[in-house]
Amino acid sequence: MTGGYNTISMGTGRSEFHPKKPRPGLEHYIKEAGQGTLKQIGGAKNIDEAVIGNFMAPRFNKQANLPGFVPMIDEELQWKPSTSVEGACGSGGLALVSGIKSILAETADVVLSLGVEVQNTVKAIYGADILAGAGWYQKRKNGHAYFFPGQFSDRAGAYYEKIGYDRARAGMKRWFRNAMENARLDETAQEHHNKVPDLDALYDKLKPNGAAFVDNLSVLDCSKVSDGASAIAICSEDGLKKIGVDKKNAVEVIGYGQVIRNITNDPTDLTELETIKKASHKAMKDAGVTIDQIGTIETHDCFSIAGILATEAFGLAARGEGADYVAAGNTARDGAMPMNTTGGLIGWGHPTGATGVHQAVTMWQQLTGKAGKAQISIADNRPYGMTVNMGGDDVTVVAIVYKRG
Amino acid sequence: MTYEERLQNVSVLGAAGKMGSGILLLTAVEMADLSLLPENKGKSFVLNAIDVSPEGLSGLMNYLRDQIRKVAEKKTVWLRSMYADRDDLIENYDIIDEYIFDVMNVVRPVTSMATAYNSNLIFEAVSENRALKVKLLSDIDQNNENKPWFFTNTSSVPIGLIEDEAGLDGRVIGFHFYNPPAVQRLVELIKTGNTKDEVVEFANKYAKKLRKIIVPSNDFAGFIGNGHFMRDALHGMKEAEALAKEKNITLYKAIYMINKVTQDYLVRPMGIFQLVDYVGIDVVQFILNVMNPFVADEGLHSDLLDKMILQGVKGGQKSSGAQKDGFLKYKGARVTSIWDIHKQTYIDIDEFKDECDELLGNLPDSAVTWKSILRNKKKDNLLASFFNDLKASDDLGAITAVNYGRRSKAIGEKLVADEVANEIDHVNTVMLTGFFHAYGPVNNFFD
Repeated sequence: MTGGYNTISMGTGRSEFHPKKPRPGLEHYIKEAGQGTLKQIGGAKNIDEAVIGNFMAPRFNKQANLPGFVPMIDEELQWKPSTSVEGACGSGGLALVSGIKSILAETADVVLSLGVEVQNTVKAIYGADILAGAGWYQKRKNGHAYFFPGQFSDRAGAYYEKIGYDRARAGMKRWFRNAMENARLDETAQEHHNKVPDLDALYDKLKPNGAAFVDNLSVLDCSKVSDGASAIAICSEDGLKKIGVDKKNAVEVIGYGQVIRNITNDPTDLTELETIKKASHKAMKDAGVTIDQIGTIETHDCFSIAGILATEAFGLAARGEGADYVAAGNTARDGAMPMNTTGGLIGWGHPTGATGVHQAVTMWQQLTGKAGKAQISIADNRPYGMTVNMGGDDVTVVAIVYKRG
Repeated sequence: MTYEERLQNVSVLGAAGKMGSGILLLTAVEMADLSLLPENKGKSFVLNAIDVSPEGLSGLMNYLRDQIRKVAEKKTVWLRSMYADRDDLIENYDIIDEYIFDVMNVVRPVTSMATAYNSNLIFEAVSENRALKVKLLSDIDQNNENKPWFFTNTSSVPIGLIEDEAGLDGRVIGFHFYNPPAVQRLVELIKTGNTKDEVVEFANKYAKKLRKIIVPSNDFAGFIGNGHFMRDALHGMKEAEALAKEKNITLYKAIYMINKVTQDYLVRPMGIFQLVDYVGIDVVQFILNVMNPFVADEGLHSDLLDKMILQGVKGGQKSSGAQKDGFLKYKGARVTSIWDIHKQTYIDIDEFKDECDELLGNLPDSAVTWKSILRNKKKDNLLASFFNDLKASDDLGAITAVNYGRRSKAIGEKLVADEVANEIDHVNTVMLTGFFHAYGPVNNFFD
């Protein structure tokens, strides 16, 4: 993969964001991200096909048939194949995996994978309805007004019961702090302008309040409502030669795991992300690496509790000890396993359908030394990275393992 | 009659007006919320929105639809539980739309006063006209067999006079909202010597359900809010006239300066002339005229206001909520020019601002703005440090501000001495919550 590009993640937190003023739509973001990648790979002529990941444009933007927008990026993309894929917040991951499969099937040498979502078209209370589509609609009626925060609030509640409230919150607090501190280092991050002097104090002050929001999470535990797009080029070795990009400016996909869980079933254990566990381990097995060889991970922290539980799913911490692992600073940018180094979904933002691709772009930036102020050091004996993108409540998961080119 | 029963048939008089529409909204929401409770299923709740203007009522329904949506969006979690048994309402969209319908379904927009003859409770929010209020209330009372209770949104006329003249016999209470009622949390509650205990009890419960802050005021013309504001405004106008004379400058410059002192130096949300414009120059004149006969020794009157009205400059707000031009001319939230009472035209501020600012002198470095300080925990310390610097300064602006602050305190203390307010705290609460001041007028900052 090479030529990654992220637009700004637009929404509350950005100083230029005004909820009542008109904002760019899908077209703007698709175009900006697509052109951002094309510029780095010698233009549209090199693209064999495109895949767009998007979750809910038909409701957020009253727009379907997104493949038709690809030629808007560049006229040369007209008459070429283009597909759109959907798997809720895991749509971006599906866009990547679709591209990877085309390369493996040798039906393409260069695939443009792009994810996009524009969500600030409706107020959060209605956005919650739209995002609830990531769950089973049969369960919507009895769900929370803020459906997904409600789902993960239940997970957090079960986790509090299992290991104790204070212990769990200590880990979640650190997760939040890491997210903000990392986001400040990336100009495209939604929390880039965050200036809160004492993040821990803010977190302690804003306690979960079921009367106003959900029982076990505060807004600081949640990802953002975001508009944004990300794009990256997936190439075969021949493709890389064709576009004239040196391997050192690319990352190699050495394994992936794509796993699905039955959406009509409740999770077996609320304190375990079973699908993430299976997908990440499958990807590592496919790549032939173990977790201790991986230098950095981008994981799907739509809620802080999802970040904590992911550390357990990956095998970094034992069951019930993820909060301690995070609280001890292990996932901070200078910790044992730096995670979500540009802020993740809580700090960088969560334009749902774009997130999977954004994770790949961040991974490409970190492994090729292009992460700017957010750059972490990657040890020579751990030249691997992993991204984990989740759709719904641990339903549609794609994990990918990358190696420095 | 229980709280719920009392609220099963209510009328609002003047429902399309600025105050009436807010009162109607709050009451409609409260009634609809009651109707959603399991124990009230099947009971009818009727709220008559009575107004002489059919156009106004049409506008009211639009206002309600928009406002109820906002209300619903803030309490969707609760609404989902209220509509849990409705299998057809699944998404927040469905539930919010249903709630908007259910609240609007309580409201009956009508132009006929006779509709109020069946109500148990009447909210009166017509214009501040004693004769009109008396006529309407006595008419309804004579034709209504329920012995209804009257809640009057009167801001200056003593409630006891209305009670006597309309023959309401303890069934009336002053329930004075601040503008806009849907937003402002303050309500002044004014008992007459006669008001029945159960009326007071209901008023308190209703206010609490609406999450309002109640401040009791005694039944003196103007009550606490206007009692302070009117005197404060008169003082501002007199100060401007005196300043013009003393410095030999035209009045509009002095108006600019006093407005600036009352906003920037006294750390208020707006200057005193802007506040008069906001309320309406005609409304201020009207309220002063109502109050003046009851406080004859004070001479609550301003020739300047009379002149402004004669020249057709009235301030107040457009139906959109935008500010109309008054002493000051506005472009959005910005003041662009000041009315020259002699030339009868607006003079651009840029033409004289520098000269006036120089006369006032510089604000000390410790100056704070109203916006920055309102929710600041160290507010009192910051204000004390700023005001101490003002006291130590010989600049005209500082001296004027300190005198103004002292005068404002004296007005507050007089309200307690005259037994309009029972305690200092009530005066301060009214100014803090009803006028959004950052500090109460009765303080030690300027001593």
